[in-house]
Amino acid sequence: MRLSHWCLLLAAFALACLLALACGTVSIAPSVVWHALTNASAVDPTSAVIVRALRLPRLLVAALVGAALGMSGAALQGALRNGLAEPYLLGVSGGAAVGAVIAVSLGAAFAVVPLAAFGGAVCAVVLTLFVAHASGMRGDPRVLIMGGVVVGAFANAAIMIVLANAPANAIRGALWWMMGSVSDATIGTAGMLAAYVAAGGLALLLLARQIDILALGDEAAAGLGLDAGGATRRLFVVAALLASATVAAAGLIGFVGLVVPHLARFSGARRHRPLLLASALIGATLVVAADLLARTLRPPGELPLGAVTALVGVPFFLGKLRSLA
Amino acid sequence: MIGFDAVAVRYPRTHTDALSGVTFDAVPGRFTAVVGPNGSGKSTLIRALSGLVRVSRGRITIDGRDVAAMPRREVARRVAVVPQREDLAFPMDVRDYVALGRFPHLGAWHGTTAVDRNAIERAIELTGVERLVERRVDTLSGGEWQRVRLARALAQGGQGLLFDEPTAFLDIGHEMVAFELLARLASEHQAVLMVSHQLNLVARFADRIILLHEGRVRADGAPNDVMQADVLEAVYAWPLVVTRDPAVGAPALLPLRRPAARP
Repeated sequence: MRLSHWCLLLAAFALACLLALACGTVSIAPSVVWHALTNASAVDPTSAVIVRALRLPRLLVAALVGAALGMSGAALQGALRNGLAEPYLLGVSGGAAVGAVIAVSLGAAFAVVPLAAFGGAVCAVVLTLFVAHASGMRGDPRVLIMGGVVVGAFANAAIMIVLANAPANAIRGALWWMMGSVSDATIGTAGMLAAYVAAGGLALLLLARQIDILALGDEAAAGLGLDAGGATRRLFVVAALLASATVAAAGLIGFVGLVVPHLARFSGARRHRPLLLASALIGATLVVAADLLARTLRPPGELPLGAVTALVGVPFFLGKLRSLA
Repeated sequence: MIGFDAVAVRYPRTHTDALSGVTFDAVPGRFTAVVGPNGSGKSTLIRALSGLVRVSRGRITIDGRDVAAMPRREVARRVAVVPQREDLAFPMDVRDYVALGRFPHLGAWHGTTAVDRNAIERAIELTGVERLVERRVDTLSGGEWQRVRLARALAQGGQGLLFDEPTAFLDIGHEMVAFELLARLASEHQAVLMVSHQLNLVARFADRIILLHEGRVRADGAPNDVMQADVLEAVYAWPLVVTRDPAVGAPALLPLRRPAARP
């Protein structure tokens, strides 16, 4: 990947961040944003609070969620040798939704929902691995994908059964959560998510060479001294945990894990270490931009972030596809 | 170098051995070929060495050490395997692809060293793919792709080279180029072990041929000794004659048409 492409991606991310901090129901000049971040006493207190306490946590969580989903998708597509693989296809979203919906319908405190979602996602991943293990082909990409899809379908059925018997306000709460949002982001959420993303991202970067080798197929990987089944399972677990952490922080945000790795490949990243980094950067930019649109298109209401990521991403993706043809 | 010592392999949920009592070795400086009909166990041999299937009896050794007790990366540092099929999930640049051959030598955090870069450059040079290195692998022709795969195996830097049907899908010219290259590598003290269906070419290039049939070694020796009509006819279950190649005098197999059924 060329240096100019990296600069372009970084510039796009910086621009999205600046706009996310400056725009909203109250517009704040870029210079004021800068001062609010670096020297809050130099600007009026309202602007400082809007930038630092409201928009910055949102920006951080959005960027981290995007980066995590981008990396998770890139790792899964490479390890499972399938351009349609993404964290949500593999039962993560279904499991998380079951956890969250059960918590909401039981009237659990709001703070418990992310934990329940995370627990649900982890259960789904364990179940998927168990399905693959029971089939006797536990590291086979096809079996993992099938297992994930089956677990996801099971989760959907469970959600419908829980919602069918839930009170109306719980249904609304659960639906809103399933549509994804970073509106409740706090610095605390951002910090927790940052720890997960840093650990998961670092692990994936360490395993990046193994993903390169896995992309050659089992036999070639074995000839190069890599146990393909074991490596696939390790990557699956790390990528799924990374996605689970985002689900706990921001609900379900689709499309990012699927399409961002392809956008990263379009921009010239082929080996998986640069591909993971580019996917993190593009994913962060996409979710930050989508969140900006979600809260500015129809003020004072908000659009569901999970839908806006697709609305922003699809035209961009189609444009890139066209340029390939 | 690479030794098969009474090796037996049985796949899970089957009742017969895919390989049984297979004994031979591939030594540096020699071109060794394994031939046999479909299902005779040729590919199983390679899969067993790569650790993809378990050896149930006997052992496979590299430089006298049991492969089962060696870390896989160490095996890969000594013997490179080029499998029959390799479909890249996502295309990459040729140079990056060749560089993957250094994987067994690299730690997770270590970048490539001068030794790695030299090995990559040498592999590119030996296989003559210099002008392809900036291309993407999905733009290569069948012959170019095989040469690039060979370059990846050479970059691995081991003394042993294992090929499973390296010339399937290649035209005559490219097939000859591949065989010539492997023969040259053998003459440069590599241990070349090739699985092939091309008996006539193998008879001209290989120093030693191992004929497998139903998982057992049916014949083993120099091309003249193995290329016997009665043996080959029995193994391939087809009428054939063995003649002499008019140009170089190597044994050449000619399968016959079945006589037409009389009305």
